[in-house]
Amino acid sequence: MKGAFQKEKLGKNLTTVLFVLLSIFYVFPVAMVVVNSFKKNTFVKTETFKLPTAESFAEFDNFITGMTFGGYPFAKSVLYSIVITLLGTALILLFTSMAAWYISRVDSLVCRIVYYACVFSMVVPFQMVMFTLSKTADTLKLNTPWTIPVIYLGFGAGLAVFMFVGFIKGIPLDIEEAAAIDGCNPFRTYFSVVLPMMKPTIISVAILEIMWIWNDYLLPYLVLDRTEYRTIPIHIQYLKGSYGTVDLGATMALILLSIVPVIIFYLTCQKHIIKGVAAGAVKG
Amino acid sequence: MKRSHDSAAVNSDMIRRPIQRWSPLFLMPVVAAFLIGFVWPFFHGLFLSFCKFKTTSNWEWVGISNYEKALADQSFMYSFGFTALFAVVSLVLINVFAFAVAYALTQKIRGANIFRTVFFMPNLIGGIVLGYIWSMIFDGFLGYYQTSILMDKSWGFWGLIILTCWQQIGYMMIIYIAGLQAVPEDMLEAAKIDGANGWQTLFKVTIPNVMPSITICTFLSLTNGFKLFDQNLALTGGYPFEINPDGSAVRTTEMLALNIYNTFYGQNTASRGVAQAKAVLFFILVATLAIAQLSATRKKEVQQ
Amino acid sequence: MKKLFAILMALAMVLSFAACGQEETPNEPGNEGEGEGETAATGSVYWLNFKPESDEALKAIAELYTSKTGVEVKVETAASGTYSETLTAEMDKSNAPTIFVVSPNGVPTWGEYCLDLTGTAIEAELSTDAYNVYDEDGKLVSIGYCYECYGIIVNNALLNEAGHDVSEITNFETLKAVVEDITANKDTLGFSAFTSAGMDGSSSWRFTGHLINLEYVHEYRDDPEAWGNGAYGPATLTGAYMDNFRNLFDLMLENSTTDRKELANGGFDAAAEFAEGKAAFYCNGNWEYQGLLDKGMNAEDLYMIPYYSGIEGEEKAGLNCGTENYWAINGTASEEDIQATMDFLVWLVTDPEASEMAVTTFGVMPYKSAAESTNRFLAQANAYLADGCYNFAWVTNYQPNVDDYRATAVAAINAYNADPTDANWATVVTAFIDGWAVQYALANG
Repeated sequence: MKGAFQKEKLGKNLTTVLFVLLSIFYVFPVAMVVVNSFKKNTFVKTETFKLPTAESFAEFDNFITGMTFGGYPFAKSVLYSIVITLLGTALILLFTSMAAWYISRVDSLVCRIVYYACVFSMVVPFQMVMFTLSKTADTLKLNTPWTIPVIYLGFGAGLAVFMFVGFIKGIPLDIEEAAAIDGCNPFRTYFSVVLPMMKPTIISVAILEIMWIWNDYLLPYLVLDRTEYRTIPIHIQYLKGSYGTVDLGATMALILLSIVPVIIFYLTCQKHIIKGVAAGAVKG
Repeated sequence: MKRSHDSAAVNSDMIRRPIQRWSPLFLMPVVAAFLIGFVWPFFHGLFLSFCKFKTTSNWEWVGISNYEKALADQSFMYSFGFTALFAVVSLVLINVFAFAVAYALTQKIRGANIFRTVFFMPNLIGGIVLGYIWSMIFDGFLGYYQTSILMDKSWGFWGLIILTCWQQIGYMMIIYIAGLQAVPEDMLEAAKIDGANGWQTLFKVTIPNVMPSITICTFLSLTNGFKLFDQNLALTGGYPFEINPDGSAVRTTEMLALNIYNTFYGQNTASRGVAQAKAVLFFILVATLAIAQLSATRKKEVQQ
Repeated sequence: MKKLFAILMALAMVLSFAACGQEETPNEPGNEGEGEGETAATGSVYWLNFKPESDEALKAIAELYTSKTGVEVKVETAASGTYSETLTAEMDKSNAPTIFVVSPNGVPTWGEYCLDLTGTAIEAELSTDAYNVYDEDGKLVSIGYCYECYGIIVNNALLNEAGHDVSEITNFETLKAVVEDITANKDTLGFSAFTSAGMDGSSSWRFTGHLINLEYVHEYRDDPEAWGNGAYGPATLTGAYMDNFRNLFDLMLENSTTDRKELANGGFDAAAEFAEGKAAFYCNGNWEYQGLLDKGMNAEDLYMIPYYSGIEGEEKAGLNCGTENYWAINGTASEEDIQATMDFLVWLVTDPEASEMAVTTFGVMPYKSAAESTNRFLAQANAYLADGCYNFAWVTNYQPNVDDYRATAVAAINAYNADPTDANWATVVTAFIDGWAVQYALANG
């Protein structure tokens, strides 16, 4: 018995060692971004895996040149990314949760059609609609950071509606009935009774939508008026071979700046993020 | 999975009637946005796949000839083969690793939470950025041999596989962990008492119990593989090309989504209708996979 | 918890209403800001620019115009190798470009969208009709706005250091001798003959777009009829001068700052290498002139010599002079926008300050009242012509489906650079010569 126990302990220690190595492999690329963002341009290519030396160390020059590199201020891309992500997520959370409640409680033919259309939209790849969607968005002036969230609400409604409906079906009716007997109108019932109960799902959906919108490239690239607005992924894509020379050092500095907030967000909301992912696993 | 009541049973008129009057507020915003952001573009796209067009306002009906051209397009068929191979290889690797890691992490090893945090991290970074990070890593390494990931299609293939595994193993791991934690403790105890060893318990008790997670993860990684775009664009952009003796070229690491994109926005404006037809075929492919997933998940649920 | 949610949702509502509010505003400044000009609605100008290297200068010019007249001028530059993609996407939008580039081989695709420039105010300003592009029906589709030259840029100070002078170089033999002598003494001299030849999007056009012109232009000189005497490109090429292209290409790559095996993924800065004195030869055009001076080079050290590649009689070769820069005005734009665009263009070629700025970035502008150019390379190009040398016309402009065509050529060159064998060179030839026929058929099919 004792032998088996020791063997198990050894096995667990070995696993830990293995996982430490695997973790290093996982962190390595990000660490390389940090290291190379402090190197002069030409050394990024020739000495990728070396720490900066006296000769190759660029101090904060890459971050300074990066701010205006590519003919577009980086700060603007960050701002637009934040605006689009927050507005898009807020719109999706508010309106899809309301629609989901309506769909589950009214359950008319129209509701079913809307529901199944939403489910159907989850399996449609973006390439199917990209050309016509960018045209539609342009015609309706949905091509600015303040209006593109409407597109996200439309194209991203499927998953959110699906998840909210799934949750609401499990909520017992008694509470809402009690609220109705107390004289609440649906508006009040929804905001003071139903919405608070949906908190876990709201967080899950929020996480999934934030991760999607923040990192989305092709949709904003095709829909936004690129002469004025770029998001971070669009900006990074423009850096590669677009404007005369490529400055790898500055590119790495900007990549670093764009992933630091994401990692901070992840470390602070980790619990919710992991829950959200597990809950959103239904999407296909 | 929780069984929900029959949908009709959860409704009561007391609640339904008043809400119905509020439909403009509750239902209309989503319906309106959905019409703009999905329904109209979808049918418009479907229509245009039967047309020849340069811009959406300037079309001419050509019937199914776009589909014939799409299926006869060598580069499209090549990218289909490449994508299918990629999807299958990445599916196997991602799921084997993700399950193994999830299994190990649920065995109460030291630092499990830290490992879980680290493995999931790449999911937070977007595809374009990931592509450039790995492009630097691969070229930094291949630079010692004076070459680049753009030089060999098998490097491009495996580069994409490594990148995708690095990104998605953590995601699938989370789903597997949730599945593994739901395996009833008493079943595991019973197996132990019956004298089953570790492997027997794994295959006879654990895996059958996490079948729903396995189904979800395999289909998820399969459709992700088929839909991959950003990473493909940023890491290889289709390079290297194979040049045929007649002067045409095949982009050897171009996947379906990128092929469609390049056909749409490439030089040859005459091929835009063909691109839309390719997109419709692509949609049918992805939708079929998803429906297969749905029915497979359903079946598994019934069995339990 | 309830409160938190109430706040969150309230915030969401406010934001979404703010969104609706914002939707309205963008239209207003145009009407309200121009309160004094009540007579007519003012149009705006949107220039979809083609040359990344002119982006900054054009934006400065646009700002100048806006500050003087209040008319909005938007300059957007497409990333290298994506002009047609960007133009396609932009033309389908409601605020489509009012000025875009239509070169002769763009006429089949975009000709119908162009305003006929015959008899317009901007046409009246032209000093030559050599750069006019017409469609089959004789409509003046687009007009050249500058002409340029390219070749091999030489830093004569470095040549002198190596015991040579630019005047020695009159053909491929002499070029090769100087280059190989520099390579032989590379370590003592501390510099190489040629700068790097990166094959990423930011640099590969110097070879797949420019250097290859030496092949096309000699085919064209042999059989001008096939090229409509310079009006269009042929359906097929013969590839007769690919060996000459290889001569010069190999010379550049074998005697360079950078090992040719490392070029595929790019990331090099050839202009900096040249300006910092790491190389004596640099393959590029007159538009680099100002940049090189800004980086501290002396004007009198700078020369530009022709593409010498071992062709008989090349002692009489000149530089590559021509243009790929043609203004077309969007005929489908609103009348106000067309008028605003016309006013802007006329101002650009007549206003002393503006045309000075434009000439600095563009080289020479073929307009009567435009500023004189101070560009040494263009002066040298003219000196060659005055000497009776033949010009290398820019027949490279006729590359069919240019972005796809060049991408394929880059892929073939990458394979050749990795392993410079005859077999791999044969693939480069296939990409350039047979690839031309393939893309020509697609574009005109």
